[in-house]
Amino acid sequence: MRYLPLTDADRTDMLRVIGAPSIDTLFADVPEAARLDGPIEGLPLHASELSVERHMAALARQNLVAGEVPFFLGCGAYRHHVPASVDHLIQRGEFLTAYTPYQPEIAQGTLQMLFEFQTQVARLLGTDVANASMYDGSTACWEAIVMARRVTRRAKAILSNGLHPHYVSVATTMAKFTGDDVHASLPELAPEGDIDALIAAIDDETSCVVVQYPDILGRIADLSALAAACQAKKALLVAVVTEPVALGVIRSPGEMGADIVVGEGQSLGVGLQFGGPYVGLFGCKEKYVRQMPGRLCGETVDAQGKRGFVLTLSTREQHIRREKATSNICTNSGLCALAFSIHMTLLGEAGLRGLAEANHLAASAATDRLAQVPGVELVTPTFFNEFTLKLSKEARPIVRELADRRILAGVSLGRLYPGVQALERGLVVAVTETATGDDVEQLAAALEEVLA
Amino acid sequence: MNAINQSGWKPEMNAVDGDAPVTTTGNRALMLEEPLIFQIGTSETTGVDLPEVPKGASRLGSLARAKPIGLPGLSEPETVRHYTRLSRQNYAIDLGLFPLGSCTMKHNPRLNERVARMPGFADIHPLQPVDTVQGALGVINELAFWLIDLTGMHGVAMSPKAGAHGELCGILCIKAALEARGEGHRKIILVPESAHGTNPATAAFAGFTVENIPATDEGRVDTEALKSRLGPDVAGVMITNPNTCGLFERDLKIISDAVHEAGGYVYCDGANFNAIVGRVRPGDLGVDAMHINLHKTFSTPHGGGGPGSGPVVLSEALSPYGPLPFTERYGDGHITLVEEETVGDRHPDSFGRMTAFHGQMGMFTRALTYILSHGADGLRQVSGDAVLNANYVLRRLEGALAAPFAKSGPCMHEALFSDDGFPAGFSTLDVAKGLIDEGFHPMTVYFPLVVHGAMLVEPTETESKAALDQFIDALGSVAERAKAGDASLKAAPHYAPRRRLDETLAARKPVLVWKEAPLVQAAE
Repeated sequence: MRYLPLTDADRTDMLRVIGAPSIDTLFADVPEAARLDGPIEGLPLHASELSVERHMAALARQNLVAGEVPFFLGCGAYRHHVPASVDHLIQRGEFLTAYTPYQPEIAQGTLQMLFEFQTQVARLLGTDVANASMYDGSTACWEAIVMARRVTRRAKAILSNGLHPHYVSVATTMAKFTGDDVHASLPELAPEGDIDALIAAIDDETSCVVVQYPDILGRIADLSALAAACQAKKALLVAVVTEPVALGVIRSPGEMGADIVVGEGQSLGVGLQFGGPYVGLFGCKEKYVRQMPGRLCGETVDAQGKRGFVLTLSTREQHIRREKATSNICTNSGLCALAFSIHMTLLGEAGLRGLAEANHLAASAATDRLAQVPGVELVTPTFFNEFTLKLSKEARPIVRELADRRILAGVSLGRLYPGVQALERGLVVAVTETATGDDVEQLAAALEEVLA
Repeated sequence: MNAINQSGWKPEMNAVDGDAPVTTTGNRALMLEEPLIFQIGTSETTGVDLPEVPKGASRLGSLARAKPIGLPGLSEPETVRHYTRLSRQNYAIDLGLFPLGSCTMKHNPRLNERVARMPGFADIHPLQPVDTVQGALGVINELAFWLIDLTGMHGVAMSPKAGAHGELCGILCIKAALEARGEGHRKIILVPESAHGTNPATAAFAGFTVENIPATDEGRVDTEALKSRLGPDVAGVMITNPNTCGLFERDLKIISDAVHEAGGYVYCDGANFNAIVGRVRPGDLGVDAMHINLHKTFSTPHGGGGPGSGPVVLSEALSPYGPLPFTERYGDGHITLVEEETVGDRHPDSFGRMTAFHGQMGMFTRALTYILSHGADGLRQVSGDAVLNANYVLRRLEGALAAPFAKSGPCMHEALFSDDGFPAGFSTLDVAKGLIDEGFHPMTVYFPLVVHGAMLVEPTETESKAALDQFIDALGSVAERAKAGDASLKAAPHYAPRRRLDETLAARKPVLVWKEAPLVQAAE
């Protein structure tokens, strides 16, 4: 029991001070029928560090590690190289083991970092302000829909069919309970998304239009006309970015007029981690800041006039406002926000642009090679680092077969949209700076064999 | 660029304590002033060398970025120095006792960190074919088994991202169950005064109407008041046990039976599960849903405010309604992931999905590592030592500070004090700031709301007796100074990186992103 410092002598001394005969008697208020006499049955007793590490390592070895094989999965989670200093710095105990900065005088490290993060995120998304992070992109997207209802006092949210199906699923699930009226539809294996249809669908009941950029098939589209159409009907445009690296080379949604921009920040600093923890990004126009969910760090001064930072505008939050709170989020993703911010600082403007260019050009070269494979057709002519292929056969079994050959080929639309026949030949392939030319060649050669 | 003076940045140092000299840099020996990255970085600097990749033609269409983003960069040494310097302005559990009541700041074992970073867990994608991630699904499944066993429940929803998200999950299960029974008209959730503020927020967010239930003089739910409010319009109760006064709700089983009798469900806020783990199973007390903050009970680090993780254990009545995705293990050991792709008619009542992907995998590996390290015997010792430490703090300080519920029975893992007896002009906040000068993070202040000027101390089981004694001496002496009207306390902290910060200014004139003209000059 290496994590428990009390000795038996300490326990005896302390019980004497308390005036209790044993630790068990301190649980006197638990009804006797509910008290357990000894260790819960079915569970092993405590174990050494070595044996626990062995057990966990054995479980880890059962997984096919992305870094050990040609790897092309995306769809909301991307594999990028994370500089060694990022993980080193977030493991400093003063960051890793600190709590929410409720006492700002001794939490300036976390607070200044959050202020820097907010500024980096706002600039990246093209918004006036940003918060100190959300749980992840999908919950941030839902909170944006709820926020749009608060701002517009309307309940109809129109979701683009290019929005990640899990994000759609979260929004439609929550809407069943909260009374939002969410309209969603299925994408098509086509070069263009549904911008025109979205513009046509906006009416006087619309609270917001939610559009992903780049979208689930990897397509990119100009959002300016959509933003103008939303503005004309006093609806909000919510843009969702699941691959923030893209914004190193393409225009930001804020720049094109989006009112709220949310995103998944996992690409920078965080790593795949089988889906979590990730870091949600959330930015908006300044006029909506008091309707924004999540924590905010603000600049202020101390009693001697020195600059300092505090959590602020917390009267929106649930631990203060109870049933009048503006959102369900309570904690944030502070440590992942730190990792994002450090990675962004290491990259800087020049590094982010270079990384984005490397991703885009590598993905572009991959499409040139993959389109040569008989039975493969490139669906998406414009994209960032992720594109959609239409195969001559159903994609899901192909992905499984390539996994057996130790190639992780991409995400089949059959997995994301089960039972939708029109999409089952779709394969979404992401190519980041971590994929080599040889990786792409292996993928192309394997596809050639299985599609023959 | 990496030294302050070279960047041209000067901290806004106006005044210095006593006769200490004013330094050119604003630094005070090891206490270093650190500028913002926007003041020292440049758009050309980068700390990253990129790999060579194959290059195709641009396919960005008309969307290529024209304007710069405005992101400063630093080289690797400058970056390491910037964040290391910032880190030194933080208090953390690695530095000392962090007695935040209701927050459970315990030691974070480093084995957990090592395991979470094993490539087999850290470098796998959530949408890989399930046959390639059997070990990861095994972690989820094994942790789920432990959580069910430790709580005496029927099932568990692993995907909620944090405690409040877990509360929402539990409440949505209740709502879904009521609707399946054709009783969607039940709109009232009863919430005792001693509950966490997130509880009423969650219930309201899910479309329920919240009604408060008072506490008794001894700091527990007024069972009779609660029972008398039950009826056909009540969906359920949200109760925190052990409660926020640090007490065990003795009547929870009686309350649960009454709520069930009246057709409602019982939600238990499991934030304080640390106090009873291995000794009491909430399932035996009639609980239908309870979230477990993995970071609190099972030692995943708080990271300055997250990430959390909030699995929700469910009773047999609520389990069918839990969210996607979840794992299922077959007799041959193969584990499937039940999500939209595979759910079919095997789990038709699931209320849906709460988050993309499968939850906080990085927290699951840490929590499972911690649970296996402690085992069934160790976890029982965890709750025992946590409660012993809290009662020790309560008994040794009840002379120095008012302890409103000290006569209500042993406290659980946290000890509640109040500012009763302080002279006019002195408050709980002054004690908190005074404690900072003593080198401790303050306890939770002004919570729970049932007590005026509350101070909630949670030492946790990972503190030694020597650490507790030092903290008790410090808090006791600061309390005595407050009671004596020591004016120097009003200006505390004196020795922190910052003196008392102006939170009103921050709220009145919010500055949320960096702008060229710093607020400090605008204020002058």
